[in-house]
Amino acid sequence: MERYGHGSGKVRRHGPRAVQRSGRLWLGALAACAMLSSCSQPRPHVMASKPTPINPATVGEIDGTIYFKGTPPRRQVIHMNEDPVCASEHRGRPVHAEDGKVNPNGTLPNVFVYLRAGAEKYVFAPPSRPVLLAQKGCMYVPHVLGIQVGQPLEIISEDPTMHNVHLIAKNNPEWNVSQAPGAPPIFKTFSRPEVMMSAECNQHPWMRCYIGAVANPFYAVTGSSGEYALRGVPAGTYTVEAWTATFGTMEKSVTVRPKKTTQANFTFQPM
Amino acid sequence: MAARQVTARWTGGNRTRLAPQSVRSSDVAKASSESVAPQVARGFWRKYVFSTDHQIIGRQYYFLALFAALVAMFLSWLMRVHLAWPRLAIPGLSALSASGAPAGLMTPEYYLSLLTVHGTLMIFFVLTTAPQAGFGNCLLPAQLGAERMAFPRLNMLSFWLTFTSLGVLLASFLVRGGPAISGWTAYPPLSALGSITGPGEGLGQSLWIISIALFCVASLLGALNFITTTLDLRAPGMTLMRMPLTAWAWFVTAILMLLSFAVLLAACVLLMLDRVAGTSFFVPSGLIVSGQMIHGHAGGSPLLWEHLFWFFGHPEVYIAILPAMGVTSHLLSCFARKPVFGYRAMVWATIAIGFLGFLVWGHHMFVSGMNPYSAFAFAVLTVIIAVPSAVKTFNWLGTLWGGRLRLTTAMLFALGFVSIFVSGGLSGIFLAEPPVDVQLHATYFVVAHFHLVMGMAAMFGIFSGTYFWFPKMFGRMMNETLGKIHFILTFVGAYCVFMPMYFLGMAGNVRRYAQFVDPYLQPLMPLQRFITVAALGLGAAQFLFIFNLFWSLFGGKKAGENPWQATTLEWATPGAARAVYRGPYEYAVAGQEQDFVMQNAPDAGPSRARKEAADDNADQISNA
Amino acid sequence: MGKLLAFTMVAATVATVVLFWRRVWWFPPNISTVGAGVDGDFRLTLWVTGILFVAAQLILAYCIGRRPKAGRARYLTGNLRMEVAWAVVAGATFIGLALHSYRTWARMYFIGAPPNAVKIQVEAEQFAYWFRYPGPDGVFGPMHLRLINDATGNYFGLDPARDPTSRDDIVTATLGIPVDRPVELLLMSRDVIHSFYVPELRIQQDIVPGMVIPIHFTATRTGNYEIVCTQLCGLGHYAMRAPLKVMTEAKFKQWLARQAAEQ
Repeated sequence: MERYGHGSGKVRRHGPRAVQRSGRLWLGALAACAMLSSCSQPRPHVMASKPTPINPATVGEIDGTIYFKGTPPRRQVIHMNEDPVCASEHRGRPVHAEDGKVNPNGTLPNVFVYLRAGAEKYVFAPPSRPVLLAQKGCMYVPHVLGIQVGQPLEIISEDPTMHNVHLIAKNNPEWNVSQAPGAPPIFKTFSRPEVMMSAECNQHPWMRCYIGAVANPFYAVTGSSGEYALRGVPAGTYTVEAWTATFGTMEKSVTVRPKKTTQANFTFQPM
Repeated sequence: MAARQVTARWTGGNRTRLAPQSVRSSDVAKASSESVAPQVARGFWRKYVFSTDHQIIGRQYYFLALFAALVAMFLSWLMRVHLAWPRLAIPGLSALSASGAPAGLMTPEYYLSLLTVHGTLMIFFVLTTAPQAGFGNCLLPAQLGAERMAFPRLNMLSFWLTFTSLGVLLASFLVRGGPAISGWTAYPPLSALGSITGPGEGLGQSLWIISIALFCVASLLGALNFITTTLDLRAPGMTLMRMPLTAWAWFVTAILMLLSFAVLLAACVLLMLDRVAGTSFFVPSGLIVSGQMIHGHAGGSPLLWEHLFWFFGHPEVYIAILPAMGVTSHLLSCFARKPVFGYRAMVWATIAIGFLGFLVWGHHMFVSGMNPYSAFAFAVLTVIIAVPSAVKTFNWLGTLWGGRLRLTTAMLFALGFVSIFVSGGLSGIFLAEPPVDVQLHATYFVVAHFHLVMGMAAMFGIFSGTYFWFPKMFGRMMNETLGKIHFILTFVGAYCVFMPMYFLGMAGNVRRYAQFVDPYLQPLMPLQRFITVAALGLGAAQFLFIFNLFWSLFGGKKAGENPWQATTLEWATPGAARAVYRGPYEYAVAGQEQDFVMQNAPDAGPSRARKEAADDNADQISNA
Repeated sequence: MGKLLAFTMVAATVATVVLFWRRVWWFPPNISTVGAGVDGDFRLTLWVTGILFVAAQLILAYCIGRRPKAGRARYLTGNLRMEVAWAVVAGATFIGLALHSYRTWARMYFIGAPPNAVKIQVEAEQFAYWFRYPGPDGVFGPMHLRLINDATGNYFGLDPARDPTSRDDIVTATLGIPVDRPVELLLMSRDVIHSFYVPELRIQQDIVPGMVIPIHFTATRTGNYEIVCTQLCGLGHYAMRAPLKVMTEAKFKQWLARQAAEQ
């Protein structure tokens, strides 16, 4: 009967129906209670207006590479022997913590790059295609993911063990829900922009991933090459921020010109 | 005026103390003239819903408890099925909770929600409500010869607070995150930090605390009412030592409720303050939950909650069981057609259990981190409380010995109570020894212990009370054949469900697990499945009772005035003089036409002399 | 009905006695020095309560099942002498049992760990245990709450760069201990109340946030066992566990060295 997260609208419908059925005063009070509870959580983000039409002739691109200078930190081996299922999924190979990883070519993976400021005047419709977050070998794949406000997040588990996904957020409602092996995917959306949220599995406390929700499609997460690209950005001046879990954040002011590519590289150092 | 004369006659006797009655008999008369008439004129709402009539209120409590018991039993079915077959999708469960059981697969948090609500419903809304507030309201005034409870409006308030409290608890199924997952013990910091510690720990836990706080207030009002009624409204001649053992049980239970629920209420307020007002009664500093530092708390102690909770929690066990013990004593005597063996010892055992019940809470905390020296002190106090229970059991057997048993359904349940109470109670000795408790604590051994001794035994007390007093409460008899089938299925079911749990516990099977994933628990799974099947059967058998109850309400045989040939005042002819001339269990009295003498039967000259002789004789036996 | 109920009671009693006697389900084998005391206390209590159980059930069954006599019962209101005697006997027996358990309890809690005990910190959280060995210097480096981070494997919030005593600390997810040597565990919790329970060790102790609770024991048999949580700590309670490895002294040293190399 209870609903998490975005389902608050559904919770509100429960109240009035319950009142009609019984007509008793106390039930009304309880329904009010339930209603209050759903109102107290942040309201879903409602599109203020229709998506801003964007002329393809006026858009440009930002791309760049995230470098790392200095000695890469030692990454701890993750001990999974608490849950034998997790350990067996890796067939005895040691698994290292994902945070603090540096690519062999001296670039950084798992960097979340997005427009921190400058794009507020545009409105973008959320894509209906879900972003996938998988639990695989008792690790989250991907480790860092971006998502647009209102876009569905699909959480699946490929492990033959129980997981729970505990979202830690400030702007968005927190949630915490278990997923048994073989259970259907969990769908969640974020109603407000927030960089960064984290999701953790309490049953396997080493499991953590980072979720950046932004109000526009201009975000990227670096991979093994350390490169990123933000395409289709309307001409203008923006603050580009590069976020890392271990080395802090950096930002740059970038001006995008129509049909031009602007470079914005970042170089992180050990904290 | 008749009453005054009786008093005068009896105060002459040197063995009988009748002190306060002479002053109050006029009050009783006044009260009775008030309460008999006005109810008739009132409309449906005032008569049956917002009623101040203790008879109606008692039935309201009874049906509230019945509803709560059915819900709690249904939850236990879901839990048992999930425990036995954790990967089984339960059809339709996702309709009950889409996130708690996606595609019918129960999540661990939903299991813990069900566990919390099951425990809370059973302990508060069934075992505290039905035997005390339900039967007590219906029968205490009648047994004492009072026309009504002392505070009728308080009584009404008490019921509706209980009702609201139940509503608030069940409302937590509707809120985000579902009901609390911290069990009926709600240990902080799990219960004190909000939803960061788990789903259900947000609004669900708040609703739980509010519900329990309301229940505490209701219980305090009810307890006050029971105590005052017992002390002030007894009929002339009804000395304390002539009260039926049921009345004694309700009286002592009410005192326990007054003293223990006050502490729980305070604890609930403190816990709520920790949650919403930033206080730190139970929350220490430096906590990191789910990787998040908890700021703003310092200096609290989770052990303080455990102390406060169990200071309530252990007397609560006796609140649940004392009325059932009273019913059992009452019925064994009636259906063995013999006086209660050792009436005075039974009274003193009841009082001793009530008193000692406040000194033993620490035995719930042997492994809690409490000072191990105080743990040992609690251990010794705990085994002492087994003595009054042992005396009671001895006296029950003494009552049955040589009795002329009439095996009505009510009597069968009373006999079943004794058997189950012994099977559940003796295991308490193991748990009272700290080193043995270290091994058995928080295992199914404990689950077996308290489900037998306070769960099933108290339920048996409720059942025997129902079959016994149904004719008094509703004017009709319940069906005895159905009742007997219900009894034997329940009796066998109770043993099949709960005895194996002792073995689970000894093998180290931890309780409150949503699934059993540990390798060492796998060999126990067949036993777990057996228990689940037995629990499904035990639950199904209860529908016989429900059917019997509602069918008999309308279609049962009309009951006579005193269908069980009992002696106590609840079976006296309505309107007859409510003056009391003798103790409550005058069965097998020599020289009488019938084998029982009612408490309000005036003595004819010669037989009275004989009876006094018999009394003296009995006293000599017991004093020797 | 009387016969049926009496038969059921006797059957339940016999079944219970047989199941206890045959030890169809029983405690896991004891592997600690204190466990024999626990088992002994249990056995003694089982004998006493077993006799009371059988006696009470059989008397009850006899009263129910015997042929009903005609006429009235004897008017018997009690027998104070018997009641007092029974209360004294029962009281003495029960108090005797409680006092008897003193020795085992004292060995568990009143006597501290011997100085040669292996000291290990245990940190519990939702829903895992982490273990820390002080390393060759015998000192646990200081914990910094702000540095605790499960995702990077810094479960104890250590800062080896600044704290020299932290550098040789060994953090593991398995509790490895030597056999036949006292072990002292310092139990701490990061969030809610947890518990440390190893059925084979006959040891159970809650782990309370805000407290450091010491327990000690000596394992007497090598092997792999399981530490489980017994205090309801949240949704993952049922899966909260850690492996316990009891090894010979030599194997323990090797194991610890291997763990140190992984740090």
